[in-house]
Amino acid sequence: MIYITIFIAAVFVNNIVLSQFLGVCPFLGVSKKISTALGMSGAVAFVLTLATIITWLIFNYLLEPYELTFLQTISYILVIAALVQLVEIILKKVSQPLYQALGVYLPLITTNCAILGVAILVIQKEFNLLESVVFAFSTAIGFGLALVLFAGIREQLSHTKIPKGMQGTPIALLVAGLLAMAFMGFSGIVKL
Amino acid sequence: MKKNKFSILLNGLITENPIFVLMLGMCPTLATTTSAINGLGMGLATTFVLICSNLVISLIKNLVPENVRIPSYIVVIATFVTILEMLMQAYLPSLHESLGLFIPLIVVNCIVLGRAESYASKNKVLDSALDGIGIGLGFTFALGLLGMIRELLGAGTLFGLRIFPEHYGMLMFILAPGAFISLAYLIAIVNRIRKVS
Repeated sequence: MIYITIFIAAVFVNNIVLSQFLGVCPFLGVSKKISTALGMSGAVAFVLTLATIITWLIFNYLLEPYELTFLQTISYILVIAALVQLVEIILKKVSQPLYQALGVYLPLITTNCAILGVAILVIQKEFNLLESVVFAFSTAIGFGLALVLFAGIREQLSHTKIPKGMQGTPIALLVAGLLAMAFMGFSGIVKL
Repeated sequence: MKKNKFSILLNGLITENPIFVLMLGMCPTLATTTSAINGLGMGLATTFVLICSNLVISLIKNLVPENVRIPSYIVVIATFVTILEMLMQAYLPSLHESLGLFIPLIVVNCIVLGRAESYASKNKVLDSALDGIGIGLGFTFALGLLGMIRELLGAGTLFGLRIFPEHYGMLMFILAPGAFISLAYLIAIVNRIRKVS
């Protein structure tokens, strides 16, 4: 049951972008078309789940036993940066179509704060490994959901007439605000 | 010469304001501006990291090989973020509590790495430090302003001082949607002013 609760909480109630404000940069950056939004979501889901597993293992089997928890930030960011590089190299060799679909988005992911944020969150929430994986994967789905919805609205927006001062980022932020308001309707469904 | 140094400072504050013009570092901007104090605190914390990392990176820029440039910059930044986190835990526990997750996340704030790469790795030590101060203060200004607006509209207070009764406050401005909407209008207003002048 706990896994379903984590899933619903991470996708709807505490949506990573719209209520936690993590990963806003790619959310605003790659949301002009639905196809790029899907590509980015796929890349984030892949790296986020993998990074969470590895950082969880590092924290619980290396940093915690040797009392090195103050190195958390440094070690995590290095692991994530290295992991992104590694994933890119492996994808290029193993699966050309997947690389072509996700390749351009991979370098952008290192600076996506959702990755580091979730890696630190699962430690703060004291999840076990399986819970962490479920949490990371559902968070990525929540990110994808918000991103695709947002991209759909922005595609429509490009056909409408917008006051000059509001063009570009301001109108995008306004749409994000309305989406966030819609997602507030989910609050209170589950408690985590 | 003195004027030149001053213009580096001003550049970060106005011409290249990280939030209003460069649109970098949106995550902490939206998340930590629930009150004026939190916004200013986050801004100053980021300023500290910016100055220190710009200073060190501009000192080591000739020692670091081109290929491992980015990872080594990230390590420098992460070191200062860790120092900052420990200092805040010790001396400002309540601010540390309310900013929470977003202190370690300064590492992935695009502004810090962006300035390291585009300014500190090419310029002299003093100029880089000044650039750090300018950009940091520009960031702090934007966060403080947004924090003040949200606190005033949402809770009816300013830096904790009551301006109007609490039940007139619109809670929405403290919650997530208010962050997006206030920032949207703030940027629209700034765009408008920049066009005119």
